[in-house]
Amino acid sequence: MNDLEERTLYMDHAATTFMKPEVLAAMAPYFSEHFGNPSSLYRFAGEPRNGVEAARGQVAAAIGAGPEEIFFTAGGTEADNWAIKGVALANRKHGDHIVTSAIEHHAVLHTCEWLERQGFSVTYLPVDEFGRVDPGDVEEAITDRTILVSAMTANNEIGTIQPVAEIGRVAHDHGVLFHTDAVQAIGAVPIDVDAMNIDLLSLSGHKFYGPKGTGALYIRRGTRVETLIHGGGQERRRRAGTENVPGIVGLGRAIELATADIAGHNRRIASMRDRLVRGILDAIPDSRLNGHPTERLANNANFSFRYVEGESILLLLNARGICASTGSACSSGSLEPSHVLLAIGLPHEEAHGSLRLTLGDANTEDDVDYVLEVLPEVIGRLREISPLTPPSPRVPEAE
Amino acid sequence: MYTEKVIEEFTNPQNVGELADADGVGEAGSPTCGDTMKIYLKVEGDRIADARFRTFGCAAAIASSSVATRMILGMTLAEAWSLSNAEVLDALGGLPEPKVHCSLLAPDAIRVAINDYRVRRGLEPWERKSCSGGGDCGSCPKKG
Repeated sequence: MNDLEERTLYMDHAATTFMKPEVLAAMAPYFSEHFGNPSSLYRFAGEPRNGVEAARGQVAAAIGAGPEEIFFTAGGTEADNWAIKGVALANRKHGDHIVTSAIEHHAVLHTCEWLERQGFSVTYLPVDEFGRVDPGDVEEAITDRTILVSAMTANNEIGTIQPVAEIGRVAHDHGVLFHTDAVQAIGAVPIDVDAMNIDLLSLSGHKFYGPKGTGALYIRRGTRVETLIHGGGQERRRRAGTENVPGIVGLGRAIELATADIAGHNRRIASMRDRLVRGILDAIPDSRLNGHPTERLANNANFSFRYVEGESILLLLNARGICASTGSACSSGSLEPSHVLLAIGLPHEEAHGSLRLTLGDANTEDDVDYVLEVLPEVIGRLREISPLTPPSPRVPEAE
Repeated sequence: MYTEKVIEEFTNPQNVGELADADGVGEAGSPTCGDTMKIYLKVEGDRIADARFRTFGCAAAIASSSVATRMILGMTLAEAWSLSNAEVLDALGGLPEPKVHCSLLAPDAIRVAINDYRVRRGLEPWERKSCSGGGDCGSCPKKG
C-alpha cells in the first residue's frame, strides 16, 4: 500500500485539461513570428488579424453561431461575469430580476450575489436529486420584472446535463434572455444556439484541451449587453484590450478538434467511465453515484463514500499518483461542503465523503484498472480509521 | 499545503483502533466541519498505559489524533488533561490556518475520556472549559 509510485494518473479533467500538441503547433507561430498587434494598419498585422478571425469562425461553427456573434475573453469566468452583469446593466429599464439555479458555478452565483447588492433580485431555483432544473420551475419563477435566465449546460461537479433547450424556450416564451454556462459542455454536448434557444453562451479554452486564460462569450445578434472592459476598440468595441492572439488561435483549433466527433468521443470516454462506476460501486459498499444516471457528461463520475472524508481520500490517492477532486468541506476554504452536493439533497456527511473522477482523452482502460485496484484499498483503510464505520464493517479486505 | 510531518503521520497513523477493555472512552466533534474523534484510554496507576483512536475527518484531523495519542502515552492523567492543541500543532510542525481547528479535536476527546475514567471510578469529573469555536484562545482561525 505504501510502495512508492512513480506513476501520475490524471483523472481531473473537469478542473483542467492538458493542451493537445495540434493546439500548441497552431499557436506557436503567433508568439514570435506573427507577433503584430491585430489593430495595427500595416500589412504585418494581417497574419495575427487573420489568425484571430479564423478562430472566431471556428468557435462560431462549433456552436452554430455567426462569427460576428463571438467575443473573445480571458476565460469562462470573465464570460459569465460579462453575460450576467452586461445583461443586467443594459436592461435595467426593463426589469431587475434574474432567474438561475442553486448549482451554478461560482462565476455565476457570486456574480448574481454581487448584483443583489446592487439592487437586483435573484431567484435561485432548486434542483431535483439528480441535479436537474425543472423548466416548469423556471416558468413559475419568471415575473414581469425578469430580464435574464441563466442555467448551465452541464454541471462541473456531478456532470448533470440540463434541459437547456426547454429552459431557453420557456425564457423566450416570456420575452426573457437566456444565458448558459457551457464551460463543461463543449466537446461533450452538441451545441446549436438557435435550436437550443440560447442568447448568450460562455466557454473556456482549457476545458477542451486548449490554452488557459482563453474563453469566449457568444452574444446573439441584437442582444443588449453592457460592456465591462473599457479601453480600445477591439472585439467590435465590446471587449477592449489587445487580443491574446496565440491563445485565441489555440482556442479556435481546440474547439474545432473537440467538436469534430462528439458522439464518437463520448462513446469511447463513457465506456471507460461506465466500467469505472460499475467497478467502484460493486467493490465498495455504502457508496453511491451522485448526479444523473444517464443525463450526465460522458467523462464524469462523482461518488459519495459513507464514513470517510474526501480530503483524506484525495491525499491517499495522491500518494498512489492519482489526481482527483472532492466536494468535501475540508478541502474548501470556506469549510462548507459543495453547494452542488447539498442542493441535490446529500446530508453533510455524504457531501463530506465525495470524490469526483473526470476522464479525458489521455486516459486508458489501464488507468481504469489502476483506480479500481487502488480506490477500494484507500476507502477500506480510511474506514478502518473512522469511528463512523459500522461495527461489523462490510469493507473489502484491505490487503 | 501540509508539512511532511503531517503527511507522514496521516499516511501511517499510529494507535488506530479500539481498546475492548478501555478504562475511559471519549468522543469529540468539531462544530466547524463535522469531524469526529473517538479515543480509548487504558490507565495504570495514574498514568496512561495505552491509547487508541478512530477519527472521521481530513488529513489534519487524523494526523492530530495519531500524534496526540502518542504524546499522552506514559503521561499522568493531569498531564494529559493539560495537553493543548498548540502542543499538538507543534508536534505536527504546524497546520495551514483553515485547518488549525482540527487540532482541537484530540485534546477535547482526551479530556472527555479522562472524565469518563474519573466518573467510572466514582470521582468528580474535572471541569472542562467549553470551546464554542472561534473564541480568542488563539486556536481557531480568526473570524473575518
